[in-house]
Amino acid sequence: MARNITYREAINEALVQEMERDETVIVMGEDNAGGAGAPGEDDAWGGVLGVTKGLYHKFPGRVLDTPISESAFIGAAVGAATAGLRPVAELMFVDFMGVCFDQIYNQAAKFRYMFGGKAVTPVVIRTMYGAGLRAAAQHSQCLYPLFTHIPGLKVVLPATPYDAKGLLTQAIRDNDPVIFFEHKALYDMSGPVPEESYALPFGEANVVREGADVTIVTLGRMVHTSLSAAAELAASDGVQCEVIDLRTTSPLDADTVLESVEATGRLVVVDEAHPRCSIATDISALVAQRAFGALRAPIEMVTAPHTPVPFSTALEDIFIPDAQRIANAVKTVTGWNP
Amino acid sequence: MTDTVERKSLTREDLLDVYRTMRTIREFEERVHAEFATGDIPGFVHLYAGEEASAAGVCSNLDDRDTIASTHRGHGHCIARGVDVAEMMAEIYGRRTGSCHGKGGSMHIADLSKGMLGANGIVGGGPPLICGTALAAKIKGTGGVSVAFFGDGGSNQGTTLESLNLASVWNLPAVFVAENNGYAETTSSTWSVASDNIADRAAGFGMPGVIVDGFDFFAAHEAAREAIARAREGGGPTLIEMKFTRYFGHFEGDQQTYRAGEVSHARAELDCLKRFADRVTETGELSRADLDAVDAEVAALIEAAVEAAKAAPLPTEADLLTDVYVRY
Amino acid sequence: MNPVTDERIVPVTMPKWGLSMRLGKITAWIVAEGDEVKAGDDLADIETDKITGTLEAATPGTVRRIVARVGEDVPVSGTIALIAPVGVSDADLDAAVADARAVIDAGVPEDADGAGVPVVQTADVRGRKVSFAGAGADGDVVLLIHGFGGDRDSWLFLQEPLAARHQVYALDLPGHGTSSKNLVAGAGPETPAGAGPDAPAGAGPDAPPGPDAPPGPGDPAGLLADAVVGVLDAIPASRAHLVGHSMGGAVALAVAARDPRRIASLTLIAPSGFGRQINAGYLRGFADAQTRRELKPLVGQLFADDKLVTRQVVDDLLAYKRLDGVEAALHALLDSLLGGDEQRGDSAAVLAAIGDAMPVTVVWGRQDQIIPAEQAQAVAGAVRYVIEGAGHMPHMERPVEVQTAIEDTIARAG
Repeated sequence: MARNITYREAINEALVQEMERDETVIVMGEDNAGGAGAPGEDDAWGGVLGVTKGLYHKFPGRVLDTPISESAFIGAAVGAATAGLRPVAELMFVDFMGVCFDQIYNQAAKFRYMFGGKAVTPVVIRTMYGAGLRAAAQHSQCLYPLFTHIPGLKVVLPATPYDAKGLLTQAIRDNDPVIFFEHKALYDMSGPVPEESYALPFGEANVVREGADVTIVTLGRMVHTSLSAAAELAASDGVQCEVIDLRTTSPLDADTVLESVEATGRLVVVDEAHPRCSIATDISALVAQRAFGALRAPIEMVTAPHTPVPFSTALEDIFIPDAQRIANAVKTVTGWNP
Repeated sequence: MTDTVERKSLTREDLLDVYRTMRTIREFEERVHAEFATGDIPGFVHLYAGEEASAAGVCSNLDDRDTIASTHRGHGHCIARGVDVAEMMAEIYGRRTGSCHGKGGSMHIADLSKGMLGANGIVGGGPPLICGTALAAKIKGTGGVSVAFFGDGGSNQGTTLESLNLASVWNLPAVFVAENNGYAETTSSTWSVASDNIADRAAGFGMPGVIVDGFDFFAAHEAAREAIARAREGGGPTLIEMKFTRYFGHFEGDQQTYRAGEVSHARAELDCLKRFADRVTETGELSRADLDAVDAEVAALIEAAVEAAKAAPLPTEADLLTDVYVRY
Repeated sequence: MNPVTDERIVPVTMPKWGLSMRLGKITAWIVAEGDEVKAGDDLADIETDKITGTLEAATPGTVRRIVARVGEDVPVSGTIALIAPVGVSDADLDAAVADARAVIDAGVPEDADGAGVPVVQTADVRGRKVSFAGAGADGDVVLLIHGFGGDRDSWLFLQEPLAARHQVYALDLPGHGTSSKNLVAGAGPETPAGAGPDAPAGAGPDAPPGPDAPPGPGDPAGLLADAVVGVLDAIPASRAHLVGHSMGGAVALAVAARDPRRIASLTLIAPSGFGRQINAGYLRGFADAQTRRELKPLVGQLFADDKLVTRQVVDDLLAYKRLDGVEAALHALLDSLLGGDEQRGDSAAVLAAIGDAMPVTVVWGRQDQIIPAEQAQAVAGAVRYVIEGAGHMPHMERPVEVQTAIEDTIARAG
């Protein structure tokens, strides 16, 4: 039965069901239970935004709080993965990657290759990303392009509760290191999710809206912003946008993107990350290289600006791409004349 | 408990100053707590109430050659360093008139002109930076000292441990102040710190370690005075551990279910402001009236700051793109 | 309602397709004001959140007014057009239109008291959960049994219309819908024994660890029949009419053979087992398909007109196939349905054993690409309906005609 639950609950459910199914799955992170050594409630938080609530009591000994020592515990998760466990470690905010990135990009990502195919590192690192909560420059970044760039890592960004549960289930079952990005502004979003376990494959983009006029390629929270723009454009201008949710940037479903652009001839890429070396530039290059002949207008990219994330509400709201900017980009490509 | 620490170096003016500093911090934080609950303040704030003696005790020993780096719980350090209170409040409200023009927010308030290298959203972000400012002071011969504040949580961060080592190896004019308020978010420091005291680590990094009752301004002040003097004279770094508690949650909105009634005990029995007031009035160095006058000044200051912040303009679209680079 | 409205005005209403449908949207009008229609003529294309379909005229007449606009949401039972003889006055028609428009313009309340959400019941059958849902308060019990890879929503065009005169139930067979997916003989409830990770260094492709232990020796077909009996017991129904589609037809026969007195009639829609020939490529392809790209053309083969194959239909099938245990269940069923590329079952023999204990009807789409319509000839003693313009899913492509066949069968049971 598919019933409506939130993105947060869907992630929690995937963790519970996989931990029930496979005793080698463990969870670790700062305040993933909360209250360690403190006189009050155990499992006080269940994660800073409550995603891992309840696991501590359900799976004694398998949910570990950590000190604020990312290098050490992310590294420990990586090491444990090579030794037969399936750790799901939490890097609380992806902005904190700086203090532990080596363990991710030089160690976890490279073991299999460097050791001639003889290592398996089934670690999942869950992390929060994205702006919109006024958390300012060091708690609001996207940064997934940096991880996507690294061979050996898989990068996953669910946009809906259904995708969150299925992709996290796959991430835990997957035998490669997976960085699982959770947009902090989506935790309260509700959607239909089957009660049963299911895994969604990586490298499969989801065509969330079909349309013949323009292809919008996007990911994460921007999927919803793009759908708003698409609905408005259909109603006001009769323009039909096809909206593609990449779901995973590594591996990437290039075929779905190319097929769509072959049909529409117009591409707008919407990416909340900064504009340089982003997913927007990555998709644009892919299309320019492999669907050049199909293009009837130059490619448009809608991204955040090349600035840190500002704190003030007035600025953060302009920083994040909105439906109006996406609609403008669509009008640019549809109205383009050589 | 009576305090036995030397206090000859503090004049009447000094005592009024430090009391004003602590009172300003306390009232600032209490007011932000109240205003945050109305929903007008965006984002996250982490309040310092209860810990005032540390900021005041340390910073009252610094001058304008010196630099400090702070944490996400930085309002106290900013105020103790003389950052403009009205600008701080405006920053917390995200206004264009704020210390950082609304672009940083509570966790990133800074004023380099006052030797305040900023609150920091990254745990352990400060110590390496302070090694840098200390190095610069040493190379330039300014005689300046650099102080890194970090919490019990931050004391476990690799960057902090590396910085302790580096400051010793380079013999830097630095002081490391571990503000152990008992909790890193919900995690108790007795659990997360492997040794009995954070200060016990000092020997491992070749520097003296000092444990201070963080609710005692005079103890904090004296320990800091000695460490800062040592650094300034080329004697290298010191690790000071302040032991106290925070009155509010990790951030505003934290229900603190992991605690068990210590806060009300602390407010009643372990208030550094009360203890300071009791002592200076007992010795006659200051009168109740002196203290009340400061309280009134501070109340007016905070009130004015909040009024001004609420009325101040927000940044504009043009502000979004400024100050990314000096020149691009 | 305007008290002087002419009774000769026949409203065309938004149908209820499926137990949970609350509103639909007209995507295209096929008729225009002034057109004459016969019963069964296509009137409009309608889209719901589950499916798109074509509404057929129930009665003959002239389309005098189109009420609902293309693209607007209309609640189920809302009037979308008016059929009336030429003699009815414009004034009366305009009044009726105004009333109908008021209902549409009032909108559909956001899931108000849960009205219209069907109650899904479960039966416990050999340790497995079997889901079913019913509609209709009066009359005989009718149980609808879907086919391979389907679920109770396959009946969404039929269940409500039949419920006007009968108690109509539809179940999810084991391995399908929301019923337990585990078909392994003797296994307990849903959770399979904790499979560890298969992380052998340098081994073959990464099979995700999980509950895809191969099905043991056993009798998936028998389990399906047990599930039907379990649902009848749970309703409870001492007597019921069975409607079975494709593999579900063979299941219906098996149930009827076990206890002929309990089964009042059999309506078999493109049932399996009445011949050797079958589109094994479709069945295997469906079981093996991993992506939407692979699944879409396969699903298209089910219909004479593949416009029913919307993105939503394919997405829902894909989501079903990805549930833990479904791949294994489908492959287990294939083993019992197919021998090589031919059908394994002998439904004719099962039917012969039942004799004439109950009326039997067979319905087949002429353009069936999965099981050839000629096999209807092998259903001995049955009343035959071969429907033009329908493929393997006539209950979805031509629901009005299939409904007629079912009603006739029920009537013959007396």
